[in-house]
Amino acid sequence: MAKWGMVIDITKCNACYSCFIACKDEYWDNDYPPYSAAQPRHGQFWMDLVKKERGVCPCVKVAYIPVLCMHCDNAPCVKAAKNRAVYKRPDGIVIIDPKKAVGQRQIVDACPYQAIFWNEEKQLPQKCTFCVQRLEQGKIPKCVQVCPSRALIFGDLADARTDVAKIVASRKTEALDPGRKAKPRVYYLGVPKLFIAGSVVYGDTDECAEGVSVTLTKQSTGKSTKTSTNNFGDFEFDGLGAGKYSVKFECNGYKGKTVAIDLKTDKYLGAVDLTKRR
Amino acid sequence: MARSAQGEQVFTNCTVGGPLFVYVRNGKITRVEPLELGPDDAESWVIKARGRKFSPTRMANVANYALAERSRIYSPDRILYPLKRVDFNPQADRKAENRGTSGYKRISWDEALDILAKEIERVHKTYGPGAVLTTPSSHHNWGNVGYRHSSLFRFMGILNATYVDHNPDSWEGWHWGAMHMWGFAWRLGISSQYDLLEDALKHAEMVIYWSSDPESTSGIYGGQESNQWRSWLKELGVKMIVVDQHYNFTALNFADKWFAPRPGTDTAMAAAIAYVWLTEGTYDKEYIKEHAHGFEKWKAYILGEEDGFAKTSEWAEKETGVPAREIRALAREWARRKTMLASGSALGGGACRTAYGTEWARYMVMLAAMQGMGKPGSNIWTTNYGAPQNFDFFFPGYAEGGISADALNSAAGFQMIARGITKHPIRSEVNDPGGQHIPRILLPECILNPPQEWRGKGFCGTSPEYQLKKYKYPEDGFSEVKMFWRYGGSYIGTMNNTNRWVRMYRSPRLEFVVNQSIWMEGEAQLADLILPACTNFERWDIGEWANCSGYIPHCHYTVNHRTIVLQKKCIEPLGESKADYDIFAAVAERLGFYEKFTEGGLTELDWVKKLFQVTDLPKYISWEDFEKKGYFVVPLPKPYRSTPSLRWFAEGRKNDTPDWGPVGGGIASIPDAEGNLATQTGKIEFEAESLKRFDPDDWERPPVAKYIPSWEGHHTKELYSKYPLQLITPHPRYSFHTMYDGKDSWINEIPEHRVKKEDGRYYWVIRMNSRDAEKRGIKDGDLVNVYNDRAVVICAAQVTERVPYGMAHSYESCAVYDPIGEPGESPDRGGCINLLTPHRFISKNACGMAPNSCLVEIEKRRE
Repeated sequence: MAKWGMVIDITKCNACYSCFIACKDEYWDNDYPPYSAAQPRHGQFWMDLVKKERGVCPCVKVAYIPVLCMHCDNAPCVKAAKNRAVYKRPDGIVIIDPKKAVGQRQIVDACPYQAIFWNEEKQLPQKCTFCVQRLEQGKIPKCVQVCPSRALIFGDLADARTDVAKIVASRKTEALDPGRKAKPRVYYLGVPKLFIAGSVVYGDTDECAEGVSVTLTKQSTGKSTKTSTNNFGDFEFDGLGAGKYSVKFECNGYKGKTVAIDLKTDKYLGAVDLTKRR
Repeated sequence: MARSAQGEQVFTNCTVGGPLFVYVRNGKITRVEPLELGPDDAESWVIKARGRKFSPTRMANVANYALAERSRIYSPDRILYPLKRVDFNPQADRKAENRGTSGYKRISWDEALDILAKEIERVHKTYGPGAVLTTPSSHHNWGNVGYRHSSLFRFMGILNATYVDHNPDSWEGWHWGAMHMWGFAWRLGISSQYDLLEDALKHAEMVIYWSSDPESTSGIYGGQESNQWRSWLKELGVKMIVVDQHYNFTALNFADKWFAPRPGTDTAMAAAIAYVWLTEGTYDKEYIKEHAHGFEKWKAYILGEEDGFAKTSEWAEKETGVPAREIRALAREWARRKTMLASGSALGGGACRTAYGTEWARYMVMLAAMQGMGKPGSNIWTTNYGAPQNFDFFFPGYAEGGISADALNSAAGFQMIARGITKHPIRSEVNDPGGQHIPRILLPECILNPPQEWRGKGFCGTSPEYQLKKYKYPEDGFSEVKMFWRYGGSYIGTMNNTNRWVRMYRSPRLEFVVNQSIWMEGEAQLADLILPACTNFERWDIGEWANCSGYIPHCHYTVNHRTIVLQKKCIEPLGESKADYDIFAAVAERLGFYEKFTEGGLTELDWVKKLFQVTDLPKYISWEDFEKKGYFVVPLPKPYRSTPSLRWFAEGRKNDTPDWGPVGGGIASIPDAEGNLATQTGKIEFEAESLKRFDPDDWERPPVAKYIPSWEGHHTKELYSKYPLQLITPHPRYSFHTMYDGKDSWINEIPEHRVKKEDGRYYWVIRMNSRDAEKRGIKDGDLVNVYNDRAVVICAAQVTERVPYGMAHSYESCAVYDPIGEPGESPDRGGCINLLTPHRFISKNACGMAPNSCLVEIEKRRE
């Protein structure tokens, strides 16, 4: 028995929204009994993109995070439903029964990811089914099929040979907040964290300072990471958590410099001037 | 007929964004899927580079909007019946001033055709040749039979209509500027890109996307095919720099560094890069010596020997806002790395649509030349053209004339006509070099305020000199325009300062306006009579993905597999809508030239079969098999011989690429000699001989290219103090111009495209920096008035760091024109941002547009 799951590599998503549109094409005005009733023309986003913009101009990073039903192993929507209107199949897919779920608005509210939508006309909660009707034909979900950057990877988590199983086994993936406790079956690579960046300048010549050693130390742990500036004098440390840090700059012929940062949101230091040693 | 597992019929069709399988049940389209290649289709190419093998996915990575096709076909905005404006009475008062306000009533096709035929006869007989005007929108559908260069040209050519010439709105600066420097007239000013993907994978060390967003603009028709190419380059460690006023969708995953020069100052930044190379001696001197003409004169300008000030990085910092040290660092990195300059994603780019964008395009060629353009890993390459393909296989592009075989009005080159698709190629007596013309940007002035003069006619695919010819309207011996047969409704969204258009439509100087359109939008709602057309899913056609030959030879190298599609009629036309060909045939019947137009009664499917026969398809597949399968993937020649563009030029050899231009004699024959470009000197002309011959004192497009500050920018102090935000309006990410926008499409729900507000309307997005927003009390999602002296457009603000302080960004080309009061005079809540942009020519002697030189102010909307 397959155990379906998805890995989403956020660093590859180019925000084309093809997944978002293809999902509407597959489900608008199309019933797939007994798994899903037709999606209305507008207003439901079984596959949605959440934008995360970090930094300040001109040091900006942007990610679009595809969010869909996570087909949780410990799904709050299953618990919230009456009459077993929401159930988890042996292959891992969570289905809202389009007949039994009529009138059960609490199913929408149960989802920590806001991935369930209320169909006002049909009085029905609706969401992604991993395109179970396509899986039955040996096809992959529509959103995965149309993803040009292969940011969406789908497959059998129980089969160690599949890409999804290999990536999950690498332990580089994580679940999205806030529903980690529900044990989602959608795994993410490259979830945006916090960064510290800056542009180092030789104060005497006003040239970009290339090859400057930059050391980041987290004050609570004393743990350090090193990098060096590129040809634009730029450096960055990404994937950080909140907390107090110090950033130390070292360069032959120039005085060292240390900057203390209380990191709460992404920090771009702007131009960091180095003073020439006499 | 293929059937799906669920019992649906499966058809094939093609869109502006790629080929689709179309699923149909009970006469209704149920869903679409991108075309996927099967095991029996031709093999994919494999490129070996740096120890790896690269091969594309075996499916059509179609454009995002192509997947929204079903919402566009079944749109509540479809025009299902012929319509007549309620207060239009051709026998009495026409009430032209009520166009856009008085509403419509349904009429029969008989009545509609009667009105139309009588008006055409009246106008022709009263005023003579040239009195009927026509022009179509572009890209609303796909195919070689039903599309505008084909059916419309055939019909309008016989009718002898004046044609509104389209301008090269995506690549103006290349067309009116770079063409004078490196030739490529037969490619409308754009260089070829053969085998540059392989060259980049093997040799490139850096890509600079300058005013370029290939993830959004797709090499025009390539959908998302090239995303994997850029991913491979990234995996290979190729450094990527983005120069754009917007942290765009290519920057998103690929930028190692982002530069955002102030709009209109890109040329200053380029000049400063050249200054670094000249003063530090870090350019390819030998190449310049062999391949450049007029370099010393230009060098004198850069070094300040000509005008007294050097184009240093410090000077450029003041113009551009980019730190001088970073300009120097970029110049030095460029000089030490083999660099592909992706300037404009289809060799277009926003900077080529600014005031004097001609100069920017010329500077891009200059910079590339200084680093040995054509040598391995060093070229102008957009990152979305140049896949290995079979270039010998003949299948026409949509702009080659189709069933009209109108060679004169094919924009550039053509092969189709030589294949004999029609017994009677069309030659219009009016839309002819000796006839009457109107340039699109100047249309309202021509109608409302004749006479008008300008230089150049639409796409000048013959030679650079073609651009320089003087035209006037009305042309001697021709009538002024009295009737306008418009196809589609896009121009309020796509042209500039477009309240002019609305005023033109509401003038009695146009006695009769008919619009043939699929959707009720834009200009359609300003017509007297509306003829409902259908989409290419409701009729027969045949087309090749991304093949726009006639504009650009071999443009299909933007996709991974040459794919020719039988565009099957999937469903019956909705309501009483008809195929364009059938509408033209019906009008031709009333006017007495049905036999001539239809060549004795041929249907669209008959033409499709004829077209199939004159291509190279029958050498590979029978009609029966093609009809059954629905598409054909053109196999690669074996062995494949790679001929990177301009390598021959860099090496001083004869051109060995499959490019077939130039085709003429005279000067244009010289390139057949060893290593010559199609310029007067055969070299890259830093001093353009064609411009020198034309007018050495034209300071707006001088023989030696210069940085010329914008007429609407930070130097225009009075205007700038009133309207302190510089607005750029690039081609959109989620629609193809106006196509797929509006129409109650799913695209409207993408929050980067439109934002739904409490009143249920989807508002057009304008992006602004958080500091600018805060100063004006604007929060993300607020409705705002974007305004200047030309117009007010109501948009939804997106507050972001992806646009620098002092700038605003909004995509051009909204389909919806929805004025809240008197049309042409009141704020638009549809989102036609081009109501705000200037209509001044890009340069006084070049009739291109410059919408990215636009100043606005933004205020929070209070109601």
